[in-house]
Amino acid sequence: MSINLDQAQQTFIVEARELLQAMEQSLLQLESEPGDQDAIGAVFRAAHTIKGSAGLFGLEPIVSFTHIVEDVLDRLRDASVAVDAALIAVLLKSGDHMLELIDVVASRGEALQAPALAREAALRQALSAYQGAEPAMPDVPMTAVVNSGQGEMLWHISLRFGVDVFRNGMDPLSFLRYLDTLGQILQVTTLTDRLPPLDSWDAESCYLGFEIDLRSAASHATLNEVFDFVRDDCDVHISAIDDTPAEEPPSGTELVAQPEHLAPAPQRVATNSEAKPRDGNYVRVNADKLDELINLVGELVIASAGASLLARSCNNDPLQEATSTVSGLVEEILDGALHLRMIPIGDTFNRFRRVVRDVSQELGKDIDLLISGAETELDKTVVEKIGDPLMHLLRNAMDHGIENAAARRAAGKPSKGHLSLNAYHDSGSIVIEIADDGAGLNRERILEKAQERGLVASGAQLTDQEIYNLIFEAGFSTAEAVTNLSGRGVGMDVVKRNITLLRGTVDLDSRPGQGTVVRIRLPLTLAIINGFLVGIDQSTYVIPLDMVQECIELDEHQRQSSRDQGYLDLRGEVLPLVDLREHFSHEGPPARRQNVVVVRYAEHKAGLVVDDLLGEFQTVIKPLGKLFGALRGISGSTILGSGAVALILDVPALLSQIVQLEARTAQAPQSPSVVVR
Amino acid sequence: MPITCETVDDTTCVGIDGELTIYTVAELAAALLPQLGAAPRLALDLSQVTEMDGAGLQLLAVLHREAEHRGTALSLAGQSQAVEQTFTLCGGVAF
Repeated sequence: MSINLDQAQQTFIVEARELLQAMEQSLLQLESEPGDQDAIGAVFRAAHTIKGSAGLFGLEPIVSFTHIVEDVLDRLRDASVAVDAALIAVLLKSGDHMLELIDVVASRGEALQAPALAREAALRQALSAYQGAEPAMPDVPMTAVVNSGQGEMLWHISLRFGVDVFRNGMDPLSFLRYLDTLGQILQVTTLTDRLPPLDSWDAESCYLGFEIDLRSAASHATLNEVFDFVRDDCDVHISAIDDTPAEEPPSGTELVAQPEHLAPAPQRVATNSEAKPRDGNYVRVNADKLDELINLVGELVIASAGASLLARSCNNDPLQEATSTVSGLVEEILDGALHLRMIPIGDTFNRFRRVVRDVSQELGKDIDLLISGAETELDKTVVEKIGDPLMHLLRNAMDHGIENAAARRAAGKPSKGHLSLNAYHDSGSIVIEIADDGAGLNRERILEKAQERGLVASGAQLTDQEIYNLIFEAGFSTAEAVTNLSGRGVGMDVVKRNITLLRGTVDLDSRPGQGTVVRIRLPLTLAIINGFLVGIDQSTYVIPLDMVQECIELDEHQRQSSRDQGYLDLRGEVLPLVDLREHFSHEGPPARRQNVVVVRYAEHKAGLVVDDLLGEFQTVIKPLGKLFGALRGISGSTILGSGAVALILDVPALLSQIVQLEARTAQAPQSPSVVVR
Repeated sequence: MPITCETVDDTTCVGIDGELTIYTVAELAAALLPQLGAAPRLALDLSQVTEMDGAGLQLLAVLHREAEHRGTALSLAGQSQAVEQTFTLCGGVAF
């Protein structure tokens, strides 16, 4: 096609992916409830729409494969084929293949590679078993149109194509084909009355017109959009007509007797609301624009803090009042802007249905996935990044948490295992729970292993919870872990690290014989944190507030001893100290009074020695430039109300530096082992 | 664009092999239109047509109209799947 359809094609790709996602959901639904007509209808519609749209873009490989899938689905719909596990499996694989086709053919404009082609051939083979004996022939009988009514309307569309339509690379027939995907074309009359006399006729000019009766659930706007490409060259009239059940005798003399309407759409399953066009409710916005807006709002917060600060120093009451109103509004805008980035976690959860299905079949276990709290919203970036860790946890739970059917029965539990995914909001953060009803963790084994690896000092008293959380330790991530735990810890430290990168936390609770719950706690947004301001000399640093445990004053005596030893006796506990003044090479003598901020991250605890404690501050995080990429111990910066820049401390990095330092000086006579809280 | 042309008795049989689309219609029109009027009967064999679009449909419509004008009886001797699908889509062409 000569005209630029790039943008439309992008839309097609995005929509096709969504449709395939929906198709997969419906197939899984169908697997659990084989009689679900809505699900069958939804799967069919997804395939049908993808085929139709792909045809509009001339993506032949997609059309030809999807056609077979659609054919099988059609037979499924009119109950010529029954739903069984094998069919669902083939259809799920077909869905995967369609996704690949869309990625390769539509997105990259390449042809499929040999392995994919082999896969396609195998799928075609498998699908053909479900196709009718003569798939090409209209074995669909001319059943009377079943008016499934609801939401469907009878539309009359008049089309008069302009002379340049062909030259612009468009084919009027493709619009008919596309309309066929939106509903059922009851009647088409091709108008040729505008054909000029032969001497002024040009074979490459278009004089065609069509009168179309279409029964469809699509809205006027949706139908109108179909013709967006040719709006300039084409006369389009779309009108709703009375919905009298019309039979469909194609009028007009036919060249040859045609089998009436090959289009295999004799009955449309009642469309449910999800098939209704979603336009009007949502606006697709580029994520970059959103980020830009949020960035600006961040600046606004900073600027308004600056203004309030000035106003307070002016002793002018009306001015103060005005600035406080502005601050209030700015805060609301901030909340609103951050909310724009929020998306429900449900889509991510639903993706796991397929994973659970595949893995449980692979393992030969019968496992059900229960999802709740799918509507819980959280930041888009977080949603994107939490998928992998969740996947890992789910796999672990299925592989090692839930026992096989025999073991379950022996333990007096139902043979079907249950996994549940739950999400909810809890005081400014979101909690995601992954629970299984498996055997639970073996406390003694973990403890034994941890002591063996030197993660826990022997004789240390740990609560059950602390012991369970040890499986997130790096030392547990190797496969040679204890036999009946084997793999339980594989990659758990990676899971933890990923969650930590999102400034989240993860912990685990387990009851022997009853199951395990993994709880992930994530911040609602990555753009703003609650910070704790500390001062050294004239500089200000921000420590993320949720890592701060307590603040203590460093008296003269302690100061002396701590400088010598590098640690502090905190109520009988050894607390390693980091003198930030030294660490960041501030010159000048230390302040007369110093304070220690006790921070904890994971199981490490340390004291940061600072001059002043300045209190809490809502911090808009600004990433540091590339130039500072190699800087360790600083994770970002923020701008204070006064306009000064404050650096945000990267507490995890600081702590790991201490740990490494200690490991290096381990030869020293006395080495305080890593403190397990 | 291969066009086969064969006259048996008073019927000229014209076969089109390949595309019947915007890429070929100009050429086809030039070849086919003169045939009309030359013979009392013209049979179009479309069984070897691989692809057909709106421009092809329009060409057939023009042929049909011109045939009537010139008193040639136009008939369809065969149609490929591509042609059949196009006709179905357009609800049969009102020549």
